Amino acid sequence: MQKKRDALPDRGAVLGCLAAFAVLAMLGGVLNPYLISLLTIVFLFTFIGQSWSIMLGLGGQLSIGHALFVGIGAYSVAVLNIRYGLSPWFGLVVGMALAATIGATLAWLSFRFEVRGIYFALLTIAAAEFSRVVFSGWEFVGGMQGLFFPAQSGPNSFWMLRGDARFYYFVSLAAVLLGVSATALIRLSFLGYVWRAMRDDEDASRALGVRTFLHKILVVSFSGAWAAIGGGLLALVQGSVFPDSIMGMGISVDILVGPIVGGLGTAFGPLIGTLITLPLDHLASAIGNKFGIPGLNNVGYGLALIAAVWLLPDGIWPAIVNSAKSITRLSWFGNLQMEQVKK
Amino acid sequence: MLTLWGNVLASGILMGLVYGIIALGLTIIFGVIRIVNFAHGAMVVFGLYVGYCAGAWWGIPTIVAAVGAGALLFVFGYGLETLVVKRFVTRPHHIQFILFIGISLVLSGAQLIAFGPDPRPSVSHLSFETIAVGPIRLDLARLQAATVAAVMILALAGFLKYSTFGRFIRAAADNRLGGLMVGLPIPKIYATTFGIGAACAGGAGALISPLFDAQPFLAVDFTLLAFVTVIVGGLGSFVGALVGGLTIGLTEAFAALLFAPSLKSALSYGLLMIVLIVRPRGFFGAKET
Repeated sequence: MQKKRDALPDRGAVLGCLAAFAVLAMLGGVLNPYLISLLTIVFLFTFIGQSWSIMLGLGGQLSIGHALFVGIGAYSVAVLNIRYGLSPWFGLVVGMALAATIGATLAWLSFRFEVRGIYFALLTIAAAEFSRVVFSGWEFVGGMQGLFFPAQSGPNSFWMLRGDARFYYFVSLAAVLLGVSATALIRLSFLGYVWRAMRDDEDASRALGVRTFLHKILVVSFSGAWAAIGGGLLALVQGSVFPDSIMGMGISVDILVGPIVGGLGTAFGPLIGTLITLPLDHLASAIGNKFGIPGLNNVGYGLALIAAVWLLPDGIWPAIVNSAKSITRLSWFGNLQMEQVKK
Repeated sequence: MLTLWGNVLASGILMGLVYGIIALGLTIIFGVIRIVNFAHGAMVVFGLYVGYCAGAWWGIPTIVAAVGAGALLFVFGYGLETLVVKRFVTRPHHIQFILFIGISLVLSGAQLIAFGPDPRPSVSHLSFETIAVGPIRLDLARLQAATVAAVMILALAGFLKYSTFGRFIRAAADNRLGGLMVGLPIPKIYATTFGIGAACAGGAGALISPLFDAQPFLAVDFTLLAFVTVIVGGLGSFVGALVGGLTIGLTEAFAALLFAPSLKSALSYGLLMIVLIVRPRGFFGAKET
């Protein structure tokens, strides 16, 4: 059983995965503009959620301030594009480098004194808030007024990453597909094994020769660089960046709700979870607005979150897999599910 | 000039004591139950609304409202722990995080439904009155808040140190399994501890109601403030929460004087970064967290 789990996903799993993405791609041609833009945001948060999921699911490090990396990526793209007219691709690369450096620095600062677990998580949120406050007061990057991309005109351009809503739908869908593949590949690579060993028992893996200090820094900075790409794309889709809406605590929460509710450590958890939680949040807001009761949405969404962690402790995707397995007896479903994080 | 500095110093210490009691609530819950209460800010705002209502509707003085808010939040916290939080004590941190984000959203949403999004300014006359102590003028609302906070801190310290149940709580914080083995009522201890933590937040919220306009969106700010305070002081440490509170209170006061009032939170975070570089577990942080 243990052996089978670590094998490469078999043909059925890969085909099922590709079929799901083909359906999503076809939906991009027929859905109405509202659903297109909603799904685009869902995909981008899935993509960022995958980076968060790598950090906790493989590396064992909990971040509740991932908006820090998202914001770094978003601002890199926005500043280089708006102030200097450079292609967003440069911004994405610069954002990745910056986020990786910042992530490594933060990890180095805390791990060198053996700061672990929830303490590290609190430090990530403090770092995110610190940078939000700094960016709010920094005139060069727009301060509280934020930065705006020029209105889109002309045809879709892959080089300038500018286009209509459908263009961004396909770009973000491609990002998610890339994220799913990268997660699966990293998990089975050398780094994946090292990180998982470190996650399950840090002291034991160190005794076996894993340089845990180095690898913890590596996983944080890798995850940060990944999240920065998502942040850069998010900035382009939204057409503007504000410190509060791209680096705020709300973004950090939105990022990790999807993967956790969907099922941490699973290939499809982030996608399924975000597909449910983000539209649910929008729906709750719409209902709250319809009845003219502000706050109704918070209560509804909050209760949904409590219910999710109460009733589905392992997440939605494992629950789906288990029931699908018992109904259809299809064994390949199991390959899509990874081990659970116990910490 | 010296008087000005004295005034700022005094107001920093007074606010610091209030921040201290908020952080104390967070740190005692963590120290005993090993849970970080991410809904702490929402509980502070809960107390803030109790203080506002008591003043605006019934004309009750802030001190009485603070006692009432503390009692109310104690019952709320006790019930919440018994009904919900208990089931999540052994779950991973990220699951607990989602749970408390959910609780925080429900609380803030309920406040929004009840009072709307507009800030509710205090009707208390206290914030305009000052008394002179030598050359220093103290603003009465702050002085009252700090005095009650100091009394609460002393009472809590005495309770934990000398009462039988306080010993139980400390024993449970020290060694949960050992406590179970010698027959400590762990469920009751946990529920009471959570109630005390919530009562600290609620009482402090009511105390500062003459100083802050009640608004649901303040919850995030107060949660972050409590986090910064406990990280500076050291998570899970009683003394650390107080020292952290005073440090943050003084930093904010002097930041407002020397730079700009809007920069005060930036300076608190800056201080946090320095602490992080020098002493990542905070002033009084335990070795294992």
